[in-house]
Amino acid sequence: MAKITYGDHHLQAEDGESVLDALLRNKIDAPYSCKLGVCQTCIMQCTNGDLPAASQQELKPNLREQGYFLSCQCYADNNLEIKLPESEQLFVSAKLVEKESLSPTVVRLRLQTATPLYYHAGQFINVKRADGLVRSYSLASLPSEDNLLELHVKRMDNGDMSQWICKTFKVGDSIEIDGPVGDCFYSGAASEQPILLVGSGTGLAPLIGILRDALHNNHSGPIYLYHASFTEEELYLDKEIKALASNANNVHYKPVITKHMTENYVVSGRSCEVAIVDHPDLKEWQIYICGAPAIVKFMQQRAFLAGASMNNIHTDPFETKELRSEAR
Amino acid sequence: MSTLFEKIGGEAAVNAAVDIFYRKVLSDDSISHFFETTDMAAQHAKQKAFLTMAFGGPNDYTGADMRKAHAPLVEKGLNESHFNAVAGHLQSTLEELNVPANLIAEVMAIAGSTKDDVLGK
Repeated sequence: MAKITYGDHHLQAEDGESVLDALLRNKIDAPYSCKLGVCQTCIMQCTNGDLPAASQQELKPNLREQGYFLSCQCYADNNLEIKLPESEQLFVSAKLVEKESLSPTVVRLRLQTATPLYYHAGQFINVKRADGLVRSYSLASLPSEDNLLELHVKRMDNGDMSQWICKTFKVGDSIEIDGPVGDCFYSGAASEQPILLVGSGTGLAPLIGILRDALHNNHSGPIYLYHASFTEEELYLDKEIKALASNANNVHYKPVITKHMTENYVVSGRSCEVAIVDHPDLKEWQIYICGAPAIVKFMQQRAFLAGASMNNIHTDPFETKELRSEAR
Repeated sequence: MSTLFEKIGGEAAVNAAVDIFYRKVLSDDSISHFFETTDMAAQHAKQKAFLTMAFGGPNDYTGADMRKAHAPLVEKGLNESHFNAVAGHLQSTLEELNVPANLIAEVMAIAGSTKDDVLGK
């Protein structure tokens, strides 16, 4: 049992209870999301006391040194004084260097940070507008080959951030970013393992990053990329990927036009299932699925039932604000 | 004298069994709806915790936890036939992994002992 001091609150964390759960049990409105040590929403700063190593192992060294920790992964064995992080310490400024329209609804941004960001292609960053609005976008760039951070932003009909990025945010402007976050990236597994990449819409952004990362690491196994889209013109990297595939004999690109899905719901699974129909046995494959949550969930289950190990299925569901606001 | 958990192969055995077991459960239309969630990874972690317990491994499950966790499912109609179906998948998973019959019997006894709590009886 450990005593936790949080502002004016003094509380006890029971044995086997995380600091986050102790805060929540005491009706303290602490931020959190996944409770699995992945999303880092529950990050806090310790101002006094010794943190268990597990609560910091997923954080960057500079954050560890400043006493940042994940409250959901913190099972305290001694007394701690903690506080919410001051966000200006986490966010850094990035300048928009390039902006390009890739399709009627998707723009590509290339951002420059003053100091290079350490990240894996496929992870995501949180982007914060001057008024505090925050959204997450995946990294399509490769730190070893690209100097700029590449994001693909889809203009959502009622999207506060995406509408602003598409219409108002211009080259030379700056924005705050924080991250990287997420574990959907090329893991450097056995280089002969087959890889299946399945994505809808701008789910292509992390996947193209992962694909390029695999090639950069001389991955020798076959790599299949399925990109699902409502219309042909929304296959927004069609030419680039075809060029990339023609230069690498193990890359196979399969664009899929689908009329059977909406942004958040799979109406009929058939179109997304093409990948499983092509590859009914996914034992020993590495699988990456990104994009609309309903499609990610559907494909994740299909891939698992097709023999893929859960440890080899990596997902990044793009939760919209509407979906996040629902209880689960 | 080694424990059941050690004899069966410890955490490595749990890791070998969990994908096979969870896949069988999800493929069984008579029970799969009880396992449908938005978070498959979390559900997979729960199956792993269950197998660890059934294999006699370290766990902090109590009967009260079991009751509370399964109460929403009981409301949706979870009954003895579903429990037996899951138990059957556990047994066939262990047989597939060539676990000796006497150890399978011990695991099934532990799993069976949770029945009243799982079904809220």
